[in-house]
Amino acid sequence: MTEQRKQISRTDFIDDKKSVKRGFTFSRKQLCIPYGLFLAMFVVFPLLLVVYYAFTDSTGTFTFINFLDFFTDMTKISTLVISVLVAMLVTLICLLISYPVAYILSRMNQKTAFVLLLLFIMPMWINFVLRAMAMKEFLSLVQLPLGSFANIIGLTYDYLPFMILPLYSTLIKTDRSLEEAAFDLGAGKVKVFTSVTLPLSFSGIISGAMMVFLPVMSCYVITDTFSGSTGFTVIGKLIAWCFLGENGAMTNVNGGATISLIMLVILFGTMLATGGFKKESTGRGTNI
Amino acid sequence: MSNNSKEKIIELVGLTREFEDGMLAVDNVNLYVRKGEFITFLGPSGCGKTTTLRMIAGFDKPTAGKILLNGKDISDLPPNKRPINTVFQRYALFPHLNVYENIAFGLKLKKVKVTYQDSQGKEIEKIEKLSKTEINAKVEKALKMVDLEGFEKRSVSTLSGGQQQRVAIARAIVNEPKILLLDEPLGALDLKMRKDMQLELKEMHKKLGITFIYVTHDQEEALTMSDTIVVMKDGVIQQVGTPTDIYNEPKNSFVADFIGESNIFSATIVGDRKVRFIGHNFDCVDDFAINEKVDVVVRPEDVILLDKGEGQVDGKIINSIFKGVHYEMVMQVGKTEIVIQSTVERKVGEQVSLLIKPDNIHIMAKEFSTNKYDGYITKHNTVCFGDGEFECDVTQLYKGSILDEDGYLITEDGDKIDLTDVDVNVEVGLKDIEISDHEEDGGAVGNIVSMIYKGDHYQLIVRTSENEEDYVFDTEDTWNENDRVSVIIKKENIKLSLKQEIKR
Repeated sequence: MTEQRKQISRTDFIDDKKSVKRGFTFSRKQLCIPYGLFLAMFVVFPLLLVVYYAFTDSTGTFTFINFLDFFTDMTKISTLVISVLVAMLVTLICLLISYPVAYILSRMNQKTAFVLLLLFIMPMWINFVLRAMAMKEFLSLVQLPLGSFANIIGLTYDYLPFMILPLYSTLIKTDRSLEEAAFDLGAGKVKVFTSVTLPLSFSGIISGAMMVFLPVMSCYVITDTFSGSTGFTVIGKLIAWCFLGENGAMTNVNGGATISLIMLVILFGTMLATGGFKKESTGRGTNI
Repeated sequence: MSNNSKEKIIELVGLTREFEDGMLAVDNVNLYVRKGEFITFLGPSGCGKTTTLRMIAGFDKPTAGKILLNGKDISDLPPNKRPINTVFQRYALFPHLNVYENIAFGLKLKKVKVTYQDSQGKEIEKIEKLSKTEINAKVEKALKMVDLEGFEKRSVSTLSGGQQQRVAIARAIVNEPKILLLDEPLGALDLKMRKDMQLELKEMHKKLGITFIYVTHDQEEALTMSDTIVVMKDGVIQQVGTPTDIYNEPKNSFVADFIGESNIFSATIVGDRKVRFIGHNFDCVDDFAINEKVDVVVRPEDVILLDKGEGQVDGKIINSIFKGVHYEMVMQVGKTEIVIQSTVERKVGEQVSLLIKPDNIHIMAKEFSTNKYDGYITKHNTVCFGDGEFECDVTQLYKGSILDEDGYLITEDGDKIDLTDVDVNVEVGLKDIEISDHEEDGGAVGNIVSMIYKGDHYQLIVRTSENEEDYVFDTEDTWNENDRVSVIIKKENIKLSLKQEIKR
């Protein structure tokens, strides 16, 4: 008896609510559905495919052979090492060029700084393949041979803005009275920089480095453009070869998936190591 | 102490700072600070007090003038070479360092002369950094001074505002500077905390014996803490003195108004130690020339309220607020409002009488160059002031504006404004007033109450009978005192400015 009464009152309540709610409104959860679908289709599903291919052979049976292949092949290992070294070098060069630029811009009259900053960022508005081709033409004009050195120049040129922006926005946000305080407490100009300005811009350095290091690591098109026929290979190119082969035929899907997965783990490790997943009040990366 | 206190530690000579846009932030400031003194720069924002402090600290370079420290010019020394430390407005603690590292920052950079004796007993001087134990001891002492023992390892971001403030003070005093600069250090704290810190700072000043130069816009803070107050306005020093001096004998109406609550009246000296304002001749103690225009300051607590008819001037209470210790009441006498503080409440609407004792009337000389009035615009776009109505040019209130045929003002941007009943400040120069025997000729009517010969001309005062408004002007003609005349002012000679921005 009581059970029944409860039921009735509950349905009444729901009816009541419905009559109040006119028209259809989205709840927060419902708004997430398109994004969830997108994520599932274009991130989770492909990732699962990569994992599947990496742990199977061409017949589809489970195996570790692909990993064994990779780690026993000296050319593949050395390509990986070269890729890491190139990415680190490019990141370092970008940092060395960008820091003074960002520092000077952040101390300038805001209006002038904005125009100059725009000049540095403008190349980003042009398709990067086009930019790479133009740079290649320029290098051949100054008779610089393609290969590793050309690669480093090309990559630095392409990724420089990604370093300047986060550095600039960190430096401009630094409280100038902190520098004044250090100056006041007896620090000289160099000491003010090393003990206050530099440590306070550390978050900008990290986010800039990540913005350069990660894409350079897995870059393909630019290295392809600047390598020509010199045989200079990075990991991105290796993956492409596995899928496209010499003449565009799918040759080693499983091998390619394996290298992709290894790359993923390495990049994930780098992010973890630099604290890229940590939430910070300074809002790392939000400035881009 | 008495010997020390006479010694000048810092002296500002003709100190001037002009900004790039030509604005004079600090204009020819001359001042000296005695050793061990607690001196406060007081003024509204934009008065140049912080700029002065920044120049003493070394962050800003003066465009003219000198800063002498113990007689030596230090204007060209960078901040790190000056024996001066600053407590910043927003503390400026290093967020990447903990409390200990923040306080030790200056000590780690400090180099001191140490004398050793070598094996032959000869003295060798070496310049050395402080040792770790020395730094530890000093930091510990500083932390104890600000009551933050045991906070060494804490990150500064976990501290409350008051604690951050203490760390900032410790960071500055640990370097044992000759002068400590404090730039509105209590501005970000809540009222209770601020009061506590005021006393603590004062206590600290006594204990340390360092010269404190303090900047604030809070007059109460300045009165509580300082030995000497420097009141500034528009980059110029208005008055230098002890808190009592500044409060009791303000030099001009700005100081009087800025330091504490005060009633300021425009008054005229009417006889030997007699001054006339709010329609009564008061006895006073200051000696001024007869008919001189002066400003009179009366503190709200110095006005004594009596029952109607018992005091000097009668009026009505129009407002009364309970303020804790006292009541703050507003009494209306004619058109004038007088603020009164008393522990005895008078009800709103009550007829009362006020009494002001002669020594509570502070008289300040007034540089009289123009007649100033409060006025309002009528619906015919004329202006009413000084018991009269005059034709005027209202388009001067807005640059580039014109009048349309309906009498509305059209601004440069095309906005239409109705000026009726808008309050304005009116200024009329001494040479821009004429008088006539015919009452209907001018906009206001009054009697000539004074005529002083000033070498080549007469200075006349015409006073209206209704509200005793005065028109002061120069003329070469001779008139007779007590003549009834009308005041004529040409349209183009009436300068108007808005009291406040009109809402559109």
